[in-house]
Amino acid sequence: MADNLLTITGLKIEATAYPPGEPPKEITLVHGVSLELEKGKVLGLIGESGAGKSTIGLSSMAYGRGGVRLTAGTVTLNGRDIRLAAPGALRALRGREVTYVAQSAAAAFNPAKRLMEQVIETSLAHGLMGKAEAEARAVMLFGKLGLPNPETIGRRYPHQVSGGQLQRVMTAMALCPKPDLVVFDEPTTALDVTTQIEVLAAIKEAIRDTGVAALYITHDLAVVAQVADHIMVLRQGRMVEYGTTAQIIETPQEAYTQALVSVRSIDHVEKPEAPSVLSVAHVTARYRGTTFDVLKNVTVDLPAGQTLAVVGESGSGKSTLARVITGLLPAAQGKITFAGRSLSPALAQRTKDDLRELQMIYQMADVAMNPRQTVGTIIGRPLEFYFGLTGAAKRQRVQELLDQIEMGKGYIDRYPAELSGGQKQRVCIARALAAKPKLIICDEVTSALDPLVADGILKLLLALQAQENVAYLFITHDLATVRAIADRIAVMYRGEVVRYGTKTDVLSPPFDDYTDLLLSSVPEMELGWLEQVIASRRMVAAGN
Amino acid sequence: MHPILKLLVQRIALGLLLLLAASVLIFVGTTVLPGDVAQNILGQGATPQALENLRQQLGMNDPAHVRYFNWLGGVLQGDLGTALTNGQDIATSMGQRLGNTLFLAFWAAVVSVPLAIGLGLIAVRYRNRWPDKVISTITLATVSVPEFLLGYIAIFILSVQFRALPSLAMINESMSLGEQLYAISLPVLVLVLTVLGHMMRMTRAAILNVMQSAYIETAELKGLAPFTIIYRHAFPNAIAPVVNVVMLNLAYLVVGVVVVEVVFVYPGMGQYLVDHVAKRDVPVVQACGLVFAAVYIGMNIIADVVSILANPRLRHPK
Repeated sequence: MADNLLTITGLKIEATAYPPGEPPKEITLVHGVSLELEKGKVLGLIGESGAGKSTIGLSSMAYGRGGVRLTAGTVTLNGRDIRLAAPGALRALRGREVTYVAQSAAAAFNPAKRLMEQVIETSLAHGLMGKAEAEARAVMLFGKLGLPNPETIGRRYPHQVSGGQLQRVMTAMALCPKPDLVVFDEPTTALDVTTQIEVLAAIKEAIRDTGVAALYITHDLAVVAQVADHIMVLRQGRMVEYGTTAQIIETPQEAYTQALVSVRSIDHVEKPEAPSVLSVAHVTARYRGTTFDVLKNVTVDLPAGQTLAVVGESGSGKSTLARVITGLLPAAQGKITFAGRSLSPALAQRTKDDLRELQMIYQMADVAMNPRQTVGTIIGRPLEFYFGLTGAAKRQRVQELLDQIEMGKGYIDRYPAELSGGQKQRVCIARALAAKPKLIICDEVTSALDPLVADGILKLLLALQAQENVAYLFITHDLATVRAIADRIAVMYRGEVVRYGTKTDVLSPPFDDYTDLLLSSVPEMELGWLEQVIASRRMVAAGN
Repeated sequence: MHPILKLLVQRIALGLLLLLAASVLIFVGTTVLPGDVAQNILGQGATPQALENLRQQLGMNDPAHVRYFNWLGGVLQGDLGTALTNGQDIATSMGQRLGNTLFLAFWAAVVSVPLAIGLGLIAVRYRNRWPDKVISTITLATVSVPEFLLGYIAIFILSVQFRALPSLAMINESMSLGEQLYAISLPVLVLVLTVLGHMMRMTRAAILNVMQSAYIETAELKGLAPFTIIYRHAFPNAIAPVVNVVMLNLAYLVVGVVVVEVVFVYPGMGQYLVDHVAKRDVPVVQACGLVFAAVYIGMNIIADVVSILANPRLRHPK
């Protein structure tokens, strides 16, 4: 045990919760978790939101986010217990022995400071090296992490570089003071899949070359399988399973781990041809006051009662397409036909039936609902607006809808704050369904949810489609979700549809370059996958 | 053109337009005021003919818009007109007064701005602990008490009881700088106490708002000292709101100084304005109003400019 860098035993973490309308109460976030990390090794902490993985990660720096307290157990770093260390002693070890890479580098960088100043700040503040030496090391790390123009990128401000680059600069910032341990807290979660693979490869190479140990926190088992030596599975603040990466991926013992490994195993067979409910023909759109077309000549077709998945990375125009179909952003050119009639481009000219038959569900369920209205009021509103239902009839219909979304009794008088993330999204689905729509636009509806919860939502959407014959326009960046739900797929890139057809056609070779890149970037739950993909890309690049 | 230059030109043009609008408002406002200057000058016993002659002579029978443009034309050439009551050139007599007011405001600003920002930083560093509570309570108290009362309390304690500082703030050109500063120490103290609370509380609130940001956590996890985090990482991102409230208070030091000047019998703009309002000397009131408006708008333009320059997104576009 002597060469353990970090040993945590029986760690208990508590916080004070302030539920609305109730007195504050103590809650336990982590119930006696123990772990060990040797020098130079990588431990993956995996779990859904609320599993306590970030909280445990930060405890290695004896840091409690937002008043969180480490109330029992030991946190031994480099041979001394730091759980109750004095603030001055903690300041001396933070940044010198342990550093941190946050999920959103865009928020974690100070917008008012140049990147170089922030990257070398820790080294200077702890007197680890001189300014010139620190800058030289930063430039070396920028180069190692594959950043463009490593000599000059440090002179830029955070808003002047892309999200993927910023995440790599943050990794350089963490490695610059030569720490013993780096805590990576979901470092690639906010990135597009094609960017994620590059950042992941860069982080893995940097860890290997510098010999630093790491705690790698993520909810994506396929990602952690590429970088970790050991994996610990956490759920609700307790350890579920611990083992080498190969053990966890190939022979998981616990039912929960098995569910995580086999997630997204929905087998959805595409439906046969059917008459269209929505036809988008040669649509071009741009935002007011700009000269740039965000949608270029987009043509797609959605058969009634089926699902068209629109896939692409951020900025590809997939959400803009939804805005054009709903009329929020009138198309500049082109024609949209919906349920056999031509749809007016602008929202104001649409009939009440147009509005009723075309509903939307959003990514952020909690901001799409009025927090001061009960579930009954929220779902009842379209019933009143479109069908004139009131009183007992409305309440009965709301209850029917709640049964349909598998939420049953007891939820009708609750407020959104009293629901879990998955339940909130279910209420949003019920609200859309209340209008008896022919088409529901689903904009990244599962992206903010944990994998198992997202799986439940997808199954529900498929069941509702079978019952109600409603069509979905399903916008997502996640290809596993696409496989689970789509009948047809449109791949979008820079405002254009680069590939369109039935699911089988789109996902079968030969691929165009972009679809190939997109498909090959999705992490697979397989050891060594990252190396294979990177190696094959380098070969292609060398061959060209 | 660099986008930031365009923004700055826009702001300054907007400020000038605003000043023009203010001049209209001041002119209209002073024109509709009841009272007759001619009557005031000549007294109750004047004959109708004499009143009419005087009105003719003062140009008071011209239509309002003609008088406005005559007045504006003069102002643009630096001619603020002559005082009706004593026939003196307004620009000359106001110059001396304005200088005195700016002198007082300048020293109040020199003391209050660094003090307010410093106390704000300290309050954030020890937030919700006793230094924060003491600072917040005292500044809240000073900002709540009317400034004339603060003035009299200061006179009572420091001039009457302890005989430490002069209660009359008379200054003239023959005094040395030290003597002048000694003379104005009480009004400066009162002005500092008046504006301190507002600026300090705004600084505290703006920085606390920034302290919620993720990059403050980054700085904490770098192991930086608490005060380093506040002034190096939080303060640069709170400059815009802080500058806005500082400029608003600096403008107040010039414009709102009237009461304090009267309390301490200080020969500044405030006294000058109050004297001439009492005599219904409209050209002087108009000139004072315009100068006050210009100071106010000018300070706010400066605040805008600094806010724009402090924003790295505008300073360094993609």
